[in-house]
Amino acid sequence: MSEVSVDANKSAQDPSVPENSNRRKFLTVATSVVGAVGAGYAAVPFIASWNPSARAKAAGADVEVDISGIQVGQLIRVMWRSKPVWIVRRPAAMLEALGKHEDQLKDPSSENPQQPEYAKNQYRSIKEEYLVLVGICTHLGCSPQHLSNGAFSQYAEGVQDGFFCPCHGSKFDMAGRVFQNVPAGLNLQVPPYNFIDDNTLLIGSDGENA
Amino acid sequence: MNAFLNWIEARIPMMRVANMHAIQYPAPKNMNFWYVFGFLATIVLVNQIVTGIWLTMNFEPSAERAFASVEYIMREVDYGWLIRYMHSTGASAFFVVVYMHMFRGMIYGSYQKPRELLWIFGMLIYLALMAEAFMGYVLPWGQMSYWGAQVIVSLFGAIPVIGPDLVIWIQGDYVISGATLNRFFALHVIALPLVIVILVFLHIIALHEVGSNNPDGVNIKHKKGSLAEEDKTKYEIHEYYTSKYDIADDIVPFFPHIVLKDLVAFSIFLFVFCYILFFAPEMGGKFLEHPNFEIANPLKTPEHIFPVWYFTPFYAILKAVPDKLFGVLTMFAAIGVLFALPWVDRSNVRSWRYRSGLHKVNLIVFAIVFVFLGYLGGTPQENWKIISSQIATIMYFAFFVALFLYSKSERTKPVPARISK
Amino acid sequence: MKKWLALLLFVPSVTFAAGSNYPLDSVDIDLKDKPSLQNGAKIFMNYCLGCHQMQYQRYQRTFNDLGIPEELGEEYLQFTGEKVSDYITTPMPGEDAAKWFGGPPPDLTLVARVRGPEWLYTYLRTFYVDEDKKFGVNNLVFPDVGMPHVLEPLQGTPRKVYKEIMVDGKMTKSEVFTVESDGNGALSPEEYDDAMRDLVNYLEYSGEPSRLESESIGRGALIFIVIFFVFALLLKKEYWRDVK
Repeated sequence: MSEVSVDANKSAQDPSVPENSNRRKFLTVATSVVGAVGAGYAAVPFIASWNPSARAKAAGADVEVDISGIQVGQLIRVMWRSKPVWIVRRPAAMLEALGKHEDQLKDPSSENPQQPEYAKNQYRSIKEEYLVLVGICTHLGCSPQHLSNGAFSQYAEGVQDGFFCPCHGSKFDMAGRVFQNVPAGLNLQVPPYNFIDDNTLLIGSDGENA
Repeated sequence: MNAFLNWIEARIPMMRVANMHAIQYPAPKNMNFWYVFGFLATIVLVNQIVTGIWLTMNFEPSAERAFASVEYIMREVDYGWLIRYMHSTGASAFFVVVYMHMFRGMIYGSYQKPRELLWIFGMLIYLALMAEAFMGYVLPWGQMSYWGAQVIVSLFGAIPVIGPDLVIWIQGDYVISGATLNRFFALHVIALPLVIVILVFLHIIALHEVGSNNPDGVNIKHKKGSLAEEDKTKYEIHEYYTSKYDIADDIVPFFPHIVLKDLVAFSIFLFVFCYILFFAPEMGGKFLEHPNFEIANPLKTPEHIFPVWYFTPFYAILKAVPDKLFGVLTMFAAIGVLFALPWVDRSNVRSWRYRSGLHKVNLIVFAIVFVFLGYLGGTPQENWKIISSQIATIMYFAFFVALFLYSKSERTKPVPARISK
Repeated sequence: MKKWLALLLFVPSVTFAAGSNYPLDSVDIDLKDKPSLQNGAKIFMNYCLGCHQMQYQRYQRTFNDLGIPEELGEEYLQFTGEKVSDYITTPMPGEDAAKWFGGPPPDLTLVARVRGPEWLYTYLRTFYVDEDKKFGVNNLVFPDVGMPHVLEPLQGTPRKVYKEIMVDGKMTKSEVFTVESDGNGALSPEEYDDAMRDLVNYLEYSGEPSRLESESIGRGALIFIVIFFVFALLLKKEYWRDVK
């Protein structure tokens, strides 16, 4: 760099240097590069300003849920980042039934990363009893219906409970696993969550599980 | 690649326009630093449009939310403060460069024949810019926004007979209100920018038709066949110009010579701009006025109301006249008389370099009077200022009267035929 | 026209002493002084937030910028049971406030940008006893202020002090000079001044939380522009050296 500019200074004083000197080429490239880098930096604020704002982040903050009042077999809905999150307290019989229809599922052992590492198990949950799911169909974003006490068996033979999406007919079991031959390709998403204590769930952060 | 470019060129004349209006446009080689402000104004215009678009993404044009949404942009949107300051600093920068650009036109006689329409398009841009800036200042819905709008809109109430009804019509309410804010928002973000962009386009077309003036006020285009071959420029100039005229060896092509010069000016401008933007965006209360950080309150007028600095010369003229209607007329006349400048000046020598000492003094006094009026209009009223602003107002108009009188038979110096000789 | 710019740059900023020409004291604002900002925030939350809001600013942002861990902030600086991500608002109902004070207490998020730090610093230190007023106090820079002296527990009860001046050859009590506390406050006069400096520092921060970030980006931008200028200038000279 310094060497170049020393040479360049000499040629500036010497008018006999031809027009397309190396100095001219070097300066053209250098100015263009510096200008392009500057334009790149100038674009940063405009791009970054499309990120979620502090307001959006505050609205998307972690949600604390008191689960002490949930009856066995009951499903409750809470909002997290403006999305429905289902919490189901599954009875023992339902947990047992989960293992019986795995041959009808696309991804029975949850190989696709639709859940945090700590929920990658047979029940797709931290505590077997409590299922936590984002209630958004992985096909095109509708919210599926919860069909219980045998109402689901019309859609999947021998399966008593599950979720059915009215938009395009996708079906999921009581661990949010997707059935075969439906448009949805992935299991329902399990959000990051943890238990603050036995009666309180925090949706949105991994806590000590991570 | 070439075939593709030819295919396009046969259907839309991209290269022809680029060559004609930029690359091979002949520009006088003696254009000095006064000639960079047109380019800078274009840059600032682009800045205002881009940052303006980004601000509308988060601004909420309602009386209830406008003020809070500006603070939302300043605090909660990533880099929102930077984009907002770019816009607010840009507004003042626009007027700085436009005032310099206009004064350049005055000292070098750039409004004279054949550039009368060019000047008038420029004045129309200035007028549209003032409306644009005024409406933009109302949007943050601070105390100055509100009371500034109140004062300016009230000016229309001075019109006999229809005045009071006109004010209500402009406001869309019996007071300045959310309805006013909303219509100003629409005009500020859509209508006036469109008008300004179209006027800038016409300004440039007119400029390229008559050619750029220069500090000597010497023509660079000569009658076809009047120049010897060695007196013609060696640079490649678009045939649109060479077919009609002999272009003297007094020019450089717009690209790269003028572009590079503008680029140097641009980086100096940008340094000053960024310094203000990052370190002093309020500019001591001149660019962003202190009372405007308080939400609009229709029950409480701030102690002192001033328009932003770029309006203060005309505001001082308005205040100098002790009659409402006549004051408003005088203020508009102060702007209107600038439109007439090409006909007020009856000299056929353009640049002040070759004009009389009287003309130079007249121009300099005019500039000082304008700045002084700006000072008077932007500081609290005191007794000595009333008489001062009346004298300054008279001196403002006296510039044009004097120019009209002496320019007819002014003692000028001989203008050289060529720049380089 | 250069004078035009020069004038713009050097017009002294107007000192705001609304309705009073009591001279304003200068105050040392330092947005990098975290302990001062934290103390200012503490005073604000304890003494001001009862009536005044800071409705455009969130607790979380404030804690992060001031270097206060969120848990500590929630425990010691949030008294209204809101979430740490909430705006700093007051539970006092607006209608009652308007009834008590003759108008709603103004939001203080931007007060430093409206009044200026000098005004605030002087204002906070120039309350004095005036039994004729509704709240028993008045203020030297804000005559007839409609607010009680909530910082009295810190400052003590302040009274006006007069200066002896010479009128027609004899000394007379005239012209308010300053205020002096009766010494019953929790803080000494020097400590009170420091505390008010911290509070004003915090208000200055809340007026423009992006100030420090702005200046650090600004320095980088200016250096970059200088580099670009050098290249652009050399390139321009290179092309123009043929032009005679």
